Amino acid sequence: MIAKQVSVFLENKSGRLNEVTRILGDAGINISAFSIADTSDFGVLRMIVPDPEKAVEVLKSNDFSVQTTRVVLMKTPNKPGTLAKALQILSDENIFIEYLYAFSMNEVSAVVVIRPTEIERCVEVLERYGANFEREM
Amino acid sequence: MIWNETIECATREEMRKIQSQRLIDTVQRVYHAVPGYRRKMQEAGLVPSDIRDIDDIVKLPFTIKQDLRDNYPFGMFSVPMSEIVRIHASSGTTGKPTVVGYTRKDLNMWAEVVTRSLVEAGVHRNDIVQVAYGYGLFTGGLGLHYGTENLGATVIPISGGNTEKQIQLMQDFGTSAIACTPSYALFLAEVMKDMGISPDSLKLRVGIFGAEPWSENMRKEIENKLHIKAIDIYGLSEVIGPGVSCECQEQAGMHINEDHFYPEIVDPQTLLPVPPGEKGELVFTTLTKEGIPLIRYRTRDLTRLIYDKCACGRTLVRMEKCFGRSDDMLIIRGVNVFPSQIESVLLEMSETEPHYLLIVEREGTLDTLKLMVEVQEQFFSDEIKALEALRKKITHKIQSTLGISVEVKLVEPKTIERTAGKAKRVIDNRKI
Repeated sequence: MIAKQVSVFLENKSGRLNEVTRILGDAGINISAFSIADTSDFGVLRMIVPDPEKAVEVLKSNDFSVQTTRVVLMKTPNKPGTLAKALQILSDENIFIEYLYAFSMNEVSAVVVIRPTEIERCVEVLERYGANFEREM
Repeated sequence: MIWNETIECATREEMRKIQSQRLIDTVQRVYHAVPGYRRKMQEAGLVPSDIRDIDDIVKLPFTIKQDLRDNYPFGMFSVPMSEIVRIHASSGTTGKPTVVGYTRKDLNMWAEVVTRSLVEAGVHRNDIVQVAYGYGLFTGGLGLHYGTENLGATVIPISGGNTEKQIQLMQDFGTSAIACTPSYALFLAEVMKDMGISPDSLKLRVGIFGAEPWSENMRKEIENKLHIKAIDIYGLSEVIGPGVSCECQEQAGMHINEDHFYPEIVDPQTLLPVPPGEKGELVFTTLTKEGIPLIRYRTRDLTRLIYDKCACGRTLVRMEKCFGRSDDMLIIRGVNVFPSQIESVLLEMSETEPHYLLIVEREGTLDTLKLMVEVQEQFFSDEIKALEALRKKITHKIQSTLGISVEVKLVEPKTIERTAGKAKRVIDNRKI
């Protein structure tokens, strides 16, 4: 499925991440998954939240630079080798990945967040293989 | 020694006579040759015959840098281009530089005033002068170059940079005088130390420093580190370049070559002349220049004039070291920087008004420029490589606009302090 990921620009200085999580917590927004990409000066915090619009609104009102990006959420079994298989498929289909991060929901399943260059085709490919994929597991 | 005693030691009466006649001639010429000046005089209800002596100068309208930009590139020249033998230019606000043109006579006059300056600094014809100002559109290099040749001293036209080679030539050629920016002089001292070369092993005796503001403390530092006498020279390309004024051995103010450049001090708000000896904005009228004559040009430099006779014997009026600007121009490593230049670069890259902060520091001996840019919505990308690319693009564009390197840092929105809704644009942390 396609989801809206919330991205926030952060300077590399102490307390900034804390500030974002506090604001979201105060607004009653749960963070399902997040990752931080950083350079020596700044970072980008990327999150999956249940209500991206609300998250954007509260962060903007607190003067953060916020953006939403469409990403692919791929649910996979939480077993060794699954991610490798999924990535092999995308690689075979020449789908380029800007970045990805993953989290396990429980013992049984995990979710991979993928930002591909061509989102529609990525979804189409995963759907095409997806059924087989699940069955095989 | 004094290069031109007749002029440099003239009585006030004699000088006024020279200035009056030259002002009358200049006004006649620009009224007929430069449409911009004629229009301004007409608007003020003036004809050339209203200017009968130097005191009448206060009747004339002012000229500002914007007038030069509006007439880019050659609209303020008062002679046909066939008479112009050289062009110089300084960096501009919107990518367009301020252009000045010199006739053969202008170049001779310029060499004359630089020679006077060198002699004031204690340079004589047996000296070897290393000109480490940049050569090119900037007036520093070529200005000092021809003044040195005119004096009959030996010039080493090495231009700026290449520090170790500078020091090697000082050793090998026996350089006795150096001309560069004061911050570069300190840098030279530092590199010399690293190379294990004592200044006492050199013949270096005097330095002619200008093109950026420097303090008495910096003078002491340069003199102590290089074991030389550090002389302050002043000029701006619009008026001529270096040599508008220069200190003598007394180091008590810079003698203005007032037979060519008539100085006034005005209140920058009211534009009225201040009482003699009071501080205000320095205004110049060129009295002999042909290429691009300037009438009451506002330099934006704040200083005061000293009319007392100097212990050196010269009667030329002196100006104190400039203690500030009446606009927001910064001078960084000899380069003029206006915050509006940064603004126009950032505006080119986004639709909305960017928020930024310039931080100028003096690290060791060299000035550094840092630029903080707030990452507003229009700049923000989810991808690190896009943000890195943005940072590089801003860095590159600013460097090519200003001609000096800059470190760009992306910061969060609203982190740059606003005072009364208006963002502060510049923090100058240099102790100069």
